[in-house]
Amino acid sequence: MSLLTARGLTKTYRMGEVEVQAIKGADFTIDSASFVAFVGPSGSGKSTLLNMIGCLDHPTSGTITVLDTDITTLDRSAAARFRGLNIGFVFQDFNLVPVLTAYENIEYPLIMVQKWPAEKRREQVTRMLKAVGMEDQADKRPDQLSGGQKQRVAVARALVSNAKLVLADEPTANLDHDTAYRIINLMKKMRDETGTTFVFSTHDPKIMSEAEVTFTLEDGRVLPASHKKEASHV
Amino acid sequence: MFDIFKIAVRNLSRYRRRTILTFILIVIGMVAVLLFMSVTGSFKSMMVGQITDSVLGHLEVHRKGYVASIDNLPLNLNLKPQAMTKVESALHQIAAVQTWSPRVKFGGMYSNFVETTAIRINGVDPEREAATVPLLPSRISEGRKDGALVAKGEILIPALLARGMKSKVGDTVVLVATNRDGSVNGKTFVVRGVIESISGPGGRDGYIHIDDAREMLRMKEAEVSEIAIRLKDPAQLDRTEARLKQALEGEANNDGKPKQEGTPNKDGKPMLEVHTWADLSPFANLARMIDLMTVFIKVVLVSIVLVSVMNVMVMAVYERIREIGTIAAIGTPPGRILSLFLSEGLLLGLIGTAIGTLVSLAIIFALNIWKVHFAFGQQQDLVLAPQIGAVQVLTIALMVVGVAVIASLQPAWKASRLDPINALRHV
Repeated sequence: MSLLTARGLTKTYRMGEVEVQAIKGADFTIDSASFVAFVGPSGSGKSTLLNMIGCLDHPTSGTITVLDTDITTLDRSAAARFRGLNIGFVFQDFNLVPVLTAYENIEYPLIMVQKWPAEKRREQVTRMLKAVGMEDQADKRPDQLSGGQKQRVAVARALVSNAKLVLADEPTANLDHDTAYRIINLMKKMRDETGTTFVFSTHDPKIMSEAEVTFTLEDGRVLPASHKKEASHV
Repeated sequence: MFDIFKIAVRNLSRYRRRTILTFILIVIGMVAVLLFMSVTGSFKSMMVGQITDSVLGHLEVHRKGYVASIDNLPLNLNLKPQAMTKVESALHQIAAVQTWSPRVKFGGMYSNFVETTAIRINGVDPEREAATVPLLPSRISEGRKDGALVAKGEILIPALLARGMKSKVGDTVVLVATNRDGSVNGKTFVVRGVIESISGPGGRDGYIHIDDAREMLRMKEAEVSEIAIRLKDPAQLDRTEARLKQALEGEANNDGKPKQEGTPNKDGKPMLEVHTWADLSPFANLARMIDLMTVFIKVVLVSIVLVSVMNVMVMAVYERIREIGTIAAIGTPPGRILSLFLSEGLLLGLIGTAIGTLVSLAIIFALNIWKVHFAFGQQQDLVLAPQIGAVQVLTIALMVVGVAVIASLQPAWKASRLDPINALRHV
């Protein structure tokens, strides 16, 4: 079942007098509970595409339908609401709130975005901490955690409000190779447990091989999806 | 909301030094304003108390034109017994009036048989005068303070005159005065006491019995120069003044013009004037100046809070742009981002105000324990007893908190309107 459909997607930036077409007519579909990678070299349009899928940016033309909602028509507040309810984000630089502990960072969307009651919040955050293997680090602040631990917290934060789609822009770029694999495998494991669709971007060939569906971007064009024959659920 | 405050507290503690500096600025501002208000307020109320309770009373009634030429103490502008009766009848009707005292005022010459000098005299009914200006007996620095304020044949002389003329209690002196018809009359008196001078009109007058004054001035009927009135509650001053003016207006003026104060004479013009102590004392101008200075000090406080809180909040937004981008990206509505930053400004104001209030109250308490003495004009050894009311503290506190929130509005608004993509790219 498709979770996301993009049709005729283009994105043009104006840089001074010059117009740069970052995305040139992309059409693709992403199924529910899939593990998808957008791959390509730097500047190929991966981040632009993820930003548009995540309602952070509007396309110049074309439509994106996520969970039967045309997100290109949403205004700023509606887009924020839609993201809060349906989309989780994992960033390359982790982007945890430095004054909050690991527990509080995971809890943050449930307070600031969804306003869950305290008891339900506690249960959910504890469950997520356990799921990402961070229950012993719950009281540590980001500056007391390693890069891999921070990204685990970020994954838990992306999933805590039961997001249907998690977008991860270069989630392993700031991690060493082993840690990067562990994070990708954690994301896969979470996908298996929760049925959440994971879409990530990478230019690391070894990491991209972990994806079940891969879209390659070349000069702003999205090439047809390549499907991995054997899923490697580690 | 509690969770937002919790996060706001954490954010404030993130930049500890900057936050503490802002608190210090707010505290200094609060302390400056509250101390200034309490000290000047107590000085004002003490001086007003001195003026109303030992010289002027709260209100005075004169014949029309008397106050305009009060420096000459004109005898031809005294109130006749009929007017006095009318005023007394009006005063009886007003519940706010506690008591009143008729006075005969005149200028004369004071002689100790060696030297002669000018003196201004109040002829008073001792009991009524003591009831109307109850602090008057406490100004007697030498001589008897018990019994009647002044008996017939006795005089209370001002301290400056006593020193200049080397007069002592028990000395026999002569007062000479010219009456309304121009004849000069004299009478001997015994100095009963020396009275300390205070600033303002009547503060350096001598006192004799009202019957002696009338006898000296050869008055055929019981004339009165002025009637000093004491109120039960000084806060009722304006209302009572208005009521008294209304009561003394008498019937409508003949010319049909709007009613004026005072009983109309046969031409329809008012004959009586009602004045508050503030109309008669130059200290009222000083009091108004103090009020104006208080306004300026409040403006300075508002500026301090506005600039310091705005500075902190602008810096906070600037330094946390990526963080704002992150929380916006994960779906935090703009309104919640706005309230997060407003909460930080609110907390800066609230905590600064709380500390400032506590420090101010502690200093005011200390000033009341270690009494501060000062002199004002002729008055020596006045004790400063600064006090501040809950309403004043609450007003200043609300003002500071309100300004802190207003100062946070622009940075908070900017934070809430940041584009998540640009914010996330910010280095």
